[in-house]
Amino acid sequence: MRRLHFHPCGNYRESYEEELAIFETDFGRLWVLIGLVLLFGVIPWVSSQYMLYVLNTIGIYAISAVGLNILIGYTGQISLGHGAFFGVGAYAGAILAQRVGLPFILVVPAAGLVTAAVGIVFGLPSARLKHLYLLIATLAGQFIIEYVLLEWESLTGGPNGIIVGGATLFGIDLGNDRAFYFVIFILFAFLTWTGVNLIRTRYGRAFIAIRDNDRAAEGMGIPVFPYKLLSFGISSFYAGVAGSLYAYYMMSITPEPFNLWLSIEFIAMIIIGGLGNVPGSVFGTVFIVALNEVLSHVTEYLMNVGATGMAITMAPLREFVFGLAIVLFIIFEPKGIAEVWRIIRSSFRLWPFSY
Amino acid sequence: MENHIRLLINNISVVYSDVIQVLKGVSLSVRKGQIVSLLGSNGAGKTTTLKAISGLLKPENGKVTEGSIEYDGKPVQNSSPEEITRMGIIQVLEGRQEFKYLTVEENLKVGTATRWGKPYQQDLKMVYDYFPALLARRKSLAGYCSGGELQMMVIGRGLMAHPKLLLLDEPSLGLAPLLVKEIFQIIRRINQEQGTTLMVVEQNANMALQIAHYGYVMENGKIVLESPAEELRDNPDVKEFYLGTAASGALKSYKDVKSYKRRKRWL
Amino acid sequence: MEFFLQLLINGVSLGFLYALSALGFVMIFKSSSVLNLAHGELLAIGAFLFLLLSAWAGLPIVVAFVLTLVGTFSLGFVVERLFLRPLIGENLIEVIMMTLGLGIMFKGLLLFIFGGDIHSYPRFLPESLTLQLGNVQIPSVNVAAFIVGILFLIVFGFFFKYSNQGIYMRSVADNQPAALSLGVHVRRVFALSWAIAFLVAAMSGIVLGIINGINVHELSAIGLKVFPVVILGGLDSIGGAILGGVIIGLLETFTGGYISTSLREVVPYIALVIILMVKPYGLFGLVEIERV
Repeated sequence: MRRLHFHPCGNYRESYEEELAIFETDFGRLWVLIGLVLLFGVIPWVSSQYMLYVLNTIGIYAISAVGLNILIGYTGQISLGHGAFFGVGAYAGAILAQRVGLPFILVVPAAGLVTAAVGIVFGLPSARLKHLYLLIATLAGQFIIEYVLLEWESLTGGPNGIIVGGATLFGIDLGNDRAFYFVIFILFAFLTWTGVNLIRTRYGRAFIAIRDNDRAAEGMGIPVFPYKLLSFGISSFYAGVAGSLYAYYMMSITPEPFNLWLSIEFIAMIIIGGLGNVPGSVFGTVFIVALNEVLSHVTEYLMNVGATGMAITMAPLREFVFGLAIVLFIIFEPKGIAEVWRIIRSSFRLWPFSY
Repeated sequence: MENHIRLLINNISVVYSDVIQVLKGVSLSVRKGQIVSLLGSNGAGKTTTLKAISGLLKPENGKVTEGSIEYDGKPVQNSSPEEITRMGIIQVLEGRQEFKYLTVEENLKVGTATRWGKPYQQDLKMVYDYFPALLARRKSLAGYCSGGELQMMVIGRGLMAHPKLLLLDEPSLGLAPLLVKEIFQIIRRINQEQGTTLMVVEQNANMALQIAHYGYVMENGKIVLESPAEELRDNPDVKEFYLGTAASGALKSYKDVKSYKRRKRWL
Repeated sequence: MEFFLQLLINGVSLGFLYALSALGFVMIFKSSSVLNLAHGELLAIGAFLFLLLSAWAGLPIVVAFVLTLVGTFSLGFVVERLFLRPLIGENLIEVIMMTLGLGIMFKGLLLFIFGGDIHSYPRFLPESLTLQLGNVQIPSVNVAAFIVGILFLIVFGFFFKYSNQGIYMRSVADNQPAALSLGVHVRRVFALSWAIAFLVAAMSGIVLGIINGINVHELSAIGLKVFPVVILGGLDSIGGAILGGVIIGLLETFTGGYISTSLREVVPYIALVIILMVKPYGLFGLVEIERV
């Protein structure tokens, strides 16, 4: 039997394969296994209806956030249009399901591909634009997509949106939260795993090289522009898959939720979770969705106890707290929750000798 | 006042991010009106020493943890760069940190930041006098100037501040040998004509020792050798490791290098 | 013809409003390379502070105006000290996200205090400023906006190009460590640029408030409209911002007048993408000089 790997005291890696390993130790593998068992064997059976709803929301957004992290965190192309791409995915899913009549199993990847194509189109400015200029170009993309979703009534139904019928997979009705939970989280696990692995390939390394210095990357022989487009495409694919799941899960969609605010929430997720860290995007999503839920519960509670006036004045405080969370994270832990998590883990591991 | 000491570094340790110790007890002194050169291989701690003097450690999360730096008798360790520059210590950074989007003349004007609001026409004239090449380029953006022009510009920019102590970090970096010679001659002229005290960090030991009065050699965060520049030039170790000639004076063949034996002498 | 003329004049005056709102944004970008996503909220803060002092506290207009300027100027210092100074030396994206977070925070706070209704100032501009061009009338507020805009352009143009402090500010934006090594008071430059930006934004916010009424949502939306304006002009050019504002203003009113009202809101962004594809640094922006 192979010797178990523990954390070595020092850098004892002898080959590039070891450097690239996903799990530093066998404990890491074990923990992921335990996590998967919990995720699929325990949580869906013990959670309440409401908890399942929250978890499903987290799962959908997390897929999209992982995609955004590949674009921003690894390739360094800041995008303010991810919410719109998510919307494109939702509409692509809805249209393919309702107008074209494709089955669920085809709709989700097809929506991903459609969104990837749209993402590549809006990634075209990255050929010439960098940093702030690109950020603003993607902001423009956000507004243009919003406009198209709202105005192309023959296709999108305009402000009335589209009603999406229930999904079935291999004859199983996915209409209830628990069944859909499995769909979401199997896709989530698969796409996260793909994301983590993608970074270890030559493509991932090219992305990182472009992020750190694209001129130098070009000098090393990386075709920068195709890789940037690829990154836009991959990230939009994730957004598209997540968006189509959202369309099925919500049953009906309108252009309204896919606004700039959603893009900002996605960015907040990966900032708070940790830029350039795939698990971090998941942490960040959990944080943001939970924060949203807690804040809307507080408002609701105030409504119920009769303090309606107070609840209405409290509503803006939700935005305030949201902003404050971003601000505090950037000041105190710019590397996000992923870094906090790492520090906690390593302080357990190294206790009582820090350093 | 010939022997007045401008800068006295007394046994300083510098630590980055609370864990990485770079300087381990460095002591040196610079006399007024002299050129002192600081030699050493990459990573020896030369730049860190300069930054410790000029206060630029702070933005890099570094700190002087022990010892003291006295400038004209006043302790300045861990002061902010704003205070230190206003006392007359100006560091010219390694690698020509020009302001790309400012013209050459505007770059020079930034050098007057420590004497805000005072007239500077005279100083501009002086800088153009030392570096006539800059006069022709004064209206063009620094980002489009050549390496040599930029090096002249940043030295000139330092001079605009009327420094009492000018710290030069590798002024020869990336320049053609002829240009290096020219720049060092100008450095010597500045020292003689303006009476500016200079401290020069260099890889090009040959050039640096030709113009310096006194020299220090650093290795691994410590000063390992110090003596007047002429003596340093004749020192067999320095000759072998920094000047590239064997003790006999002939160019040495790498076949015969036995540096491990020699190094033991000073470590 | 009259319709055309009316659109032209509306477009130009709307453009001047945009340009005016963009000035504070350009200030920050020029001196610290920070893309301020909270700009719309800065406009709102100035507008509401003036409302508080003039309408609610009942102070004379001039006193209220001066107090607003002083107040926002000091607020700029405070915000810089509390939120932006800890980020000196950090990545650009973190600073941008910080401004985003600050914007959301300010917006929530303003909504909490003033609510989402539209407020308005007491009338105070002299009617004599109203211009009559043939059959078309230009209201006095727009004339005032025009005058203020031109004044700003001249003052800040000179400030950045020729004054020492302006050169120091540009040097900090350009190369922070080098500026530090020469004794430029980097922290003071940052604080000052934020304070000035708050002040400029407050003035623009007041003008906007006089014309459109004061509403948190609307003012913060204008903060986003600033992007096409400054991109058109190039992020760091004050003159460009004015021209960009006028172009966007004209584009909006003419699209709204001749094509469709719903396209009106998006047309600046479409123009933005097209222009960026052709001229990546805007029409008058500084070309980035890159060396590996």
